[in-house]
Amino acid sequence: MNYNKLIFELSIPGRIGYSLPKENYPNYQLKDLTEHLRDSDLLLPEVSELDCVRHYSNVSKKNFGVENGFYPLGSCTMKYNPKINEEIAKSYSFTKLHPYQPIRTTQGALRVYHELQVALSEISGLAEFSLNPYAGAHGELVGLMVMKEYHATRKDFKRTKVIIPDSAHGSNPASTVVCGMEVVEIKSNELGMVDIESLKSVLSDEIAGMMLTNPNTLGIFESDICEITKLIHDAGGLMYYDGANLNAMLGKVRPGDMGFDIMHINLHKTFSTPHGGGGPGAGPIGVRDFLVDYLPNPRVKKMDDYYYIANTAESLGQISSFFGNFLVELRAYSYILTLGKENLMNVGKLATLNANYIRNALKDDYYLPIEGYCMHEVVFDGLLDNPNEIRTFDVAKRLLDYGMHAPTIYFPLLFHQAIMIEPTETESLQTIDEFIKVMKLIAKEARTTPELLRNAPINTPITRTDEVFAAKAMIFSYRDYLEYINRKV
Amino acid sequence: MSKVLDGLLYSESHEWIKKLSDDEVLIGITEFAAEQLGSIVFVDLPEAEDTIEKDSEFGAVESVKAASDLVAPLSGEVMEMNEDLVGEPELVNEDAFGAWFIKIKLTNPEELDSLLSPEEYKNFI
Amino acid sequence: MFKYFPHTKEDINKMLKDINISSIDELFSQISKNVLLKEDYNIKSEMSELEIREYFKNLSNENQELTIFSGLGLYDHYQPAIIDAITSRQEFLTSYTPYQPEISQGTLQYIFEYQSMIQALTGLDVSNASMYDGSTASAEACFMACNITRRKKVLISETVNPNTINVIKTYLKFRGYDFEFISSKNGVFDVEDFKNKMSKEYASVIVQSPNFFGLIEDYTGVSEIAHEYKGLLIQNSDPSTLAVLKSPMENGADIACGDCQSLGVPLAFGGPALGYLATLKKYVRKLPGRIAGYTTDSNGLRAYVLTLQAREQHIRRSKANSNICSNQSLIALYVTVYSALMGKSGLEEVNKLSYQNAHYMYDKLLATGKFYDNFKKPFLKEFTLETTISHDLIGEALLENNIFGGFSLEKISDKYENLINFAATEKRTKSEIDKLIKVLEGLS
Repeated sequence: MNYNKLIFELSIPGRIGYSLPKENYPNYQLKDLTEHLRDSDLLLPEVSELDCVRHYSNVSKKNFGVENGFYPLGSCTMKYNPKINEEIAKSYSFTKLHPYQPIRTTQGALRVYHELQVALSEISGLAEFSLNPYAGAHGELVGLMVMKEYHATRKDFKRTKVIIPDSAHGSNPASTVVCGMEVVEIKSNELGMVDIESLKSVLSDEIAGMMLTNPNTLGIFESDICEITKLIHDAGGLMYYDGANLNAMLGKVRPGDMGFDIMHINLHKTFSTPHGGGGPGAGPIGVRDFLVDYLPNPRVKKMDDYYYIANTAESLGQISSFFGNFLVELRAYSYILTLGKENLMNVGKLATLNANYIRNALKDDYYLPIEGYCMHEVVFDGLLDNPNEIRTFDVAKRLLDYGMHAPTIYFPLLFHQAIMIEPTETESLQTIDEFIKVMKLIAKEARTTPELLRNAPINTPITRTDEVFAAKAMIFSYRDYLEYINRKV
Repeated sequence: MSKVLDGLLYSESHEWIKKLSDDEVLIGITEFAAEQLGSIVFVDLPEAEDTIEKDSEFGAVESVKAASDLVAPLSGEVMEMNEDLVGEPELVNEDAFGAWFIKIKLTNPEELDSLLSPEEYKNFI
Repeated sequence: MFKYFPHTKEDINKMLKDINISSIDELFSQISKNVLLKEDYNIKSEMSELEIREYFKNLSNENQELTIFSGLGLYDHYQPAIIDAITSRQEFLTSYTPYQPEISQGTLQYIFEYQSMIQALTGLDVSNASMYDGSTASAEACFMACNITRRKKVLISETVNPNTINVIKTYLKFRGYDFEFISSKNGVFDVEDFKNKMSKEYASVIVQSPNFFGLIEDYTGVSEIAHEYKGLLIQNSDPSTLAVLKSPMENGADIACGDCQSLGVPLAFGGPALGYLATLKKYVRKLPGRIAGYTTDSNGLRAYVLTLQAREQHIRRSKANSNICSNQSLIALYVTVYSALMGKSGLEEVNKLSYQNAHYMYDKLLATGKFYDNFKKPFLKEFTLETTISHDLIGEALLENNIFGGFSLEKISDKYENLINFAATEKRTKSEIDKLIKVLEGLS
């Protein structure tokens, strides 16, 4: 189990792992490219097929996936990634299409795009979606571009400020700056909700709009949402819905009905596409009818039963080479059709039930900073009875020893020892009970055997890492590693 | 409680300022700031002859989990930067008051009056 | 009951009882009734797995799989069988971003290997863990150059792929930055025009080789001009070609970027692919996106972690280098497995076979007397010809033979009048190429 080689270290000169067709035209040779050819060496491994397969199989064992066990990462919606979606994304013709093929040879793909677009619009209560954004943060950026373009078209150029609560994900302010706008941060109240008075105090004719996550990053529904959207609209701004926590709303509330004008959806959260170790996901954006023309090019449109591609002059422009992460879109559509309206209506309810069950079960062991029910995720602020000053970090690491993934920790920033747990609707009562049992056990260990937590994890492929060394040594490639080893010798 | 040294001046952005003469000072970050950041892995400093302006950024300190801009407590021209910190940023954690960042020649020595005394800084943190 | 929801009635009742409520709806009581959904979504009813298969099979049948003789940024290269087998492993597929290094060494190690391979291909010092696609990586490269030089204008070579140019333009426009084009001469980057336009106003120039027309560009003297004005050279390249063509490092580039689709990633109607971004070590803190680095654990075992995170949005918020908070991790695994299996000799072989196929096709097309090459510049696997035969006619005739190729550049812009694009990878057989030639010979 201590396999720790890099693929480069399996390399034996002359060994190969591929087979390619024989050459047909030996009269043509690369050497004719003379001065354009590469002179420098190319440090790539030389391995057999089995070497390569075995290497990555061994490497994969050091990862923890949703199929290994409970994955209660708050804000990440680590639900089960259905196998049928994978089958659909890999079978048939979808992987083999070139986006420049004549559209009558890609009608099936264009239809998937369009039908998913229509389904997302229905689920969101908005007019139309573009599936082109590649990720949630990309969706945020493109959504803000829509906002900016809307004001610019109306020659209202002074609207450059975007209101963002201090509890927002860091990507909100970062996207705002990349979009060439200014962040106006407002403080949350003690419940982590938008403080209406501080919101009112920043409203002006320079406000382009507001970005809001609802349920917010503390897992609480902003009950004043209709008042908030009205205030922003009355001030001439647009409301942006960060879809990070949309899972809780599925079957209960539509962002459009709450008054939002623009939103993105993380298909890899709410619509079950795999996270892939950090991507690719997809971040489609939806808008109200008066903003539809600003959506990015290219757009997929339908006339009668025929699907076609349109590039319009009113569009904010192109933000991707083609149609976004198409195979991710395909998986999400397979998920939506599998659930159908009957089951989509229950996603938010069951996810919320699971979270509140955990909330209730752990409230005597972990500090609950917020009163009242949570939505799909619950936030604790560290251990309740904590004589040994055990940190949230240690609790999270100890969970790994018990074969579960850690929750999100130290976010939201509002609480110093935040532990954010999101069970999702695909987890059973038995799995959740097991998690609760382990969390209670860890709370007890924190009082009785704190060293177990401080040194955790020990049952994992590696133990705690030296992050200071990584940042200072800056070894980012095998070449760097070889240099480092040589320096040491 | 983090150490605050007497004989130095302080800023609300957690820099310490040591007067070398009427218009020359050393600037570093306080022990409090270093502790807040944790293990410092990188210090980004201006070059000699760069000018810095009071209340604007003149560099950055980075730890594993955080980064913080350095805000100039005074205006002036950089005479020297502490080369040692480039290779050994951990010196800041080891001795925050010894690990000076830059030496500057003040363009407006009156600005010194706006800084905090050790006592005032102690109350501030 | 439903297969993805394990809750039985008894389970739900027990949970409600513990929480001390009588129905799940009570949990939503703080939501105003005005906004609560009153009826089901207007969406199809649930489908069984058999019905799902059938539904997508029918959709798939509305597509037509063609023999691909075109490129323009996406290439029909061969994908070894092991890629799918490895990338389908749930440990890689279903895991989250590797923020818990103790149980994410699988992802972190392959990202480190991916970075190593991009480092090797580009020759530059450091690659990040990947960006969305080649076009957004190029836009980020321009921002990065602006950030390093503290300038707000960039130069863009006209021979860069129009999709890439369009995305760069959108990003620049919204950020409030500006650009100017460097014109092309005989289908390639005009160094003279660059020499005339470059000044201390511009952060960088972005060039592409092989360029949009498939032509290999010569950057002799280009980086020197850029550096004279303390500006940067950004080279966009199909990374597969870098195994045989001059690397960005050899061309004096400061930043390299492009799309990795050619390294083992299916065409998939354009996505997901992966954008690579690499630079010199002195600029690493201005590099956006995730980076994996080597370290050890508390027992001294080898380990990898995400490092230099203080550049990123979750810590730096509005001051981050970029708003990106993901990488195309799983696609980076495609690229890593492909590059590992092919190695240096495999990539050379792929380029050689593609070169031979493309050049054979090129000579045959010119021999028909219906196609002309006005550029007459070296190319690798893709080239652009001129013909006065109707491009629609060409497209239709080829399509009748199940061929997609001879893509008309007129569809992209009026300025490409009569120009038509062809590409051939190692996958194209002699009989496929001969068939294409035969169809085109018959046209007039």
